[in-house]
Amino acid sequence: MQRLFLFIYQNRAFATFILLEVICAWMIIQNNRYQGVAFFNTSNRFAAGLVRISTNISGYFALRDVNEKLSEENAMLKKRLNQRTQSLFQLDIVEERDPEILNSLEYLSAKVINNSTRRFKNYLTVDKGTKDGIEPGMAVINGTGVVGKVKSVSKNFAVVYSLLHTDVMVSTKVDRTDDLCSVNWGGKDIRMANLMYVPRHTQLQVGDSVTTSGFNAIFPAEVLVGWIEEFSTRDDALFHDVKVKLANDFNKLAFVYVVKNRLLMEQDSLQSTGEILVR
Amino acid sequence: MINRTIISQVLGFFLYSLAQVLFFKDMVLFDRGFCYIYIAFLLLLPVELGVLLQMIMGFLVGATIDIFYDSMGMHASACVLIMYLRTYWLNLLTPQGGYDPGAVPVMKLNGWNWFMAYSLPLIFVHHTLLFYIEAGGLQWFGFTLSKVLLSTGFTFLVLLLTQYFFYMPRTR
Repeated sequence: MQRLFLFIYQNRAFATFILLEVICAWMIIQNNRYQGVAFFNTSNRFAAGLVRISTNISGYFALRDVNEKLSEENAMLKKRLNQRTQSLFQLDIVEERDPEILNSLEYLSAKVINNSTRRFKNYLTVDKGTKDGIEPGMAVINGTGVVGKVKSVSKNFAVVYSLLHTDVMVSTKVDRTDDLCSVNWGGKDIRMANLMYVPRHTQLQVGDSVTTSGFNAIFPAEVLVGWIEEFSTRDDALFHDVKVKLANDFNKLAFVYVVKNRLLMEQDSLQSTGEILVR
Repeated sequence: MINRTIISQVLGFFLYSLAQVLFFKDMVLFDRGFCYIYIAFLLLLPVELGVLLQMIMGFLVGATIDIFYDSMGMHASACVLIMYLRTYWLNLLTPQGGYDPGAVPVMKLNGWNWFMAYSLPLIFVHHTLLFYIEAGGLQWFGFTLSKVLLSTGFTFLVLLLTQYFFYMPRTR
């Protein structure tokens, strides 16, 4: 035993090196695997405060773009509202009156204070936290389309997995054909993502829009992800190889909506009991 | 004397970290060249510092940067590695007559040739480890390698510039 200690003492530099690297490896794995409350990221108060100051300064130069985007979104929403009221007059629609379903989705507006786009695993930081009711796993979208999922939350801030994160998968469908598939970022080009698991028999067209499926209860249904840019089919493959042009320009994110689904628990528990019964 | 060194080192730590997270974080060349100038602080620590202390400082500096990059552990592990290697590397590169007590491995110590031989390999090792950990393996091998090479060049260039601006004696 004494010799062991002597050996370790003689190689203390190497032993410390190994120890520190093991701690780092543990932290990396921890960070990749678990969602939840984490202190050591930009959601902690000091880091977020510092980052916010710098974003507030640089943000002034983007205000014109942000305003344009917001007014475009407003115009689009006005148009949709108008269409909706028109159609209500003409059709006999039995209105859904259950307030729990009508109010199941809540949109919280948040400002992006930190954003990265050029790494393999990109994150955003937004200025809303547990205080505003944000929890890990919630969807983040903006007026244009899907942005990401909440990773970890502190009291006032939240760190969000960007859609530009090689581990993030979003359940989607091809709008025209209603085929289920998943979107995963390829890791290189910030304007493109891969569409996976589109079955061979699907007749795709370039320009088809891809939206969220609404099946996993995180993202609301029919949020735009992008448009099919190109696709090919290898002879031995089960699925099409599809490239999607992303609707969002992730370099210019300024404001986002965090979507809170109040019926998430109910839907999830119902689905999991369903699975047990099937087995 | 020692107090002055410590104070200037602490000041250097804050300056380099702030420059990194506020300025160089958003500065990317051709979508793949990153500048991690904060490792200049680690590279320019005094030569005679113990290897244990060096590694612990590497860990702390890396972890601080990690907080701002939301990449817990990645920068820390790369920094610990270069701090471990630095001691041996400095021993290998010992100039004739050895280092003076309190020597700091800046460019004016032995000229730019020596400084390049000292810093470029360490920057390369740091960036290689960092980018391959970030990629999560060897997929995208070529793309990651291009990132490593371009970033090494970028960081080294900025390091040279800071050396010329801040560490060289004024000549009139």
